[in-house]
Amino acid sequence: MTAATLPERATGDLAPDEYLRYSRHLILPEIGIEGQRRLRQARVLLVGAGGLGSPAALYLAAAGVGTLGLVDFDAVDASNLQRQILHGTADIGRSKLDSARDRLHDINPHVHVEGFPVRLSADNAREIAEGFDVIVDGTDNFATRYLVNDLCVLRNVPNVYGSIFRFDGQASVFATADGPCYRCLYREPPPAGLVPACAEGGVLGVLPGLVGTIQATEAIKLITGAGTTLIGRLLLVDALHWRLRTVRVQRDPSCPACGTRTITDLTDAVQLCAAPAEVELDAIFAAVPEIEPAALSARLASGESLDIVDVREPYEFAIARIEGARLIPLAALEHRLDELSRDREIIVHCKAGGRSAQAVKRLRAAGFTRVLNLAGGIERWSHDVDPKVPRY
Amino acid sequence: MPVLSLPSVLTSLTGGVHTIPATGTTVAEALDDVVRRFPGLSPRLRDEHGEPYPFVTIYLNDEDIRFIGGFGAAVQATDELSVVPAVAGG
Repeated sequence: MTAATLPERATGDLAPDEYLRYSRHLILPEIGIEGQRRLRQARVLLVGAGGLGSPAALYLAAAGVGTLGLVDFDAVDASNLQRQILHGTADIGRSKLDSARDRLHDINPHVHVEGFPVRLSADNAREIAEGFDVIVDGTDNFATRYLVNDLCVLRNVPNVYGSIFRFDGQASVFATADGPCYRCLYREPPPAGLVPACAEGGVLGVLPGLVGTIQATEAIKLITGAGTTLIGRLLLVDALHWRLRTVRVQRDPSCPACGTRTITDLTDAVQLCAAPAEVELDAIFAAVPEIEPAALSARLASGESLDIVDVREPYEFAIARIEGARLIPLAALEHRLDELSRDREIIVHCKAGGRSAQAVKRLRAAGFTRVLNLAGGIERWSHDVDPKVPRY
Repeated sequence: MPVLSLPSVLTSLTGGVHTIPATGTTVAEALDDVVRRFPGLSPRLRDEHGEPYPFVTIYLNDEDIRFIGGFGAAVQATDELSVVPAVAGG
């Protein structure tokens, strides 16, 4: 993809204050005045104003991209601030779009920000994407990633892809005229629970900063035609051991999106692993018998002897615990069944109820008949019973 | 001896080890060898029938194995296999 493939728009000379603002770009031969004018003409849609969208939006605004579209329906939460640097402490509770607009205009008042306070869906995606030259995928769930990919393929708009988990990141440019698309790399999304994207969550706060700025870099290169983009390559970031490398991504002739073109319309895939992930896992495992936190509290207060088993990880146990609970991480449960008594009622809990539901199923399969899942996990316990238990 | 490189998220299944030497002359043999030592990895690498997942791409050096012979692709002593699962975080 070169700049020549992006649409031309009417343009004028840069204003005097723009010459000063963008002077470090203007003296780069790869960008120069023409590149800066292209940036000013460009319309970039960012799907997600969270971890990846924050640095991408900040740098694209600073770089002078003329129009930034932002799609996000969420409000700023305190737990976002560890990585979502578009937003500040004073923004907690505000819509992310309002927070982002203020911050981006402060960085660069020349940038026009268009907000879309909705969840991107098959019904609204085409309309939202209308007129945008580049789409930056900063979403946090597989369903929207596949939707963005298919949208980009169908509309012939480059998909500047980034994704993160824990210490690992990925970036690429998909859906260009000759390059592969996301489905060439991963044909289908994983079923919930198989790929470790939910219950074992967490992300290094700086990682979306790394990957989001790579996405901004790629968007700028697509717009200006500078350099060589990540089309046909997947950048892999291992922040824990510091390894950066690219691997080849080939266009797959059998890809249903860009190969055989059997995907001719947008559909909403089942939402998988979106944050807050465990809430969705709850629904999947809702069939197991449960006990409400208030009911458990009442039974404990009456002196009942219940075996409360916490199946979270040790580092979660260190953050918050229910008094009297003992830790048996889910992965170790099968090997520690002999520590449990079939004569005593067992209450299993995790953070929000997803992993513990799996544990209840496994225990029942192993012959434990008196097992209940704590509804809503320790989060609900903290909310309903004991607010001194930290939420995380 | 070829090695298998894992993303950090899978190292909880290998005791924290992210690069594992493997024996074998094909991708399948190398994966079999690693899975014998770390059985918990098995369902993360391929399905119950031994087939590749559409959401876990395995690379032999810089090439997606699907385009160079799949699990039957030949592996040399200096090769690196990498597991690159789909991740959705943002």
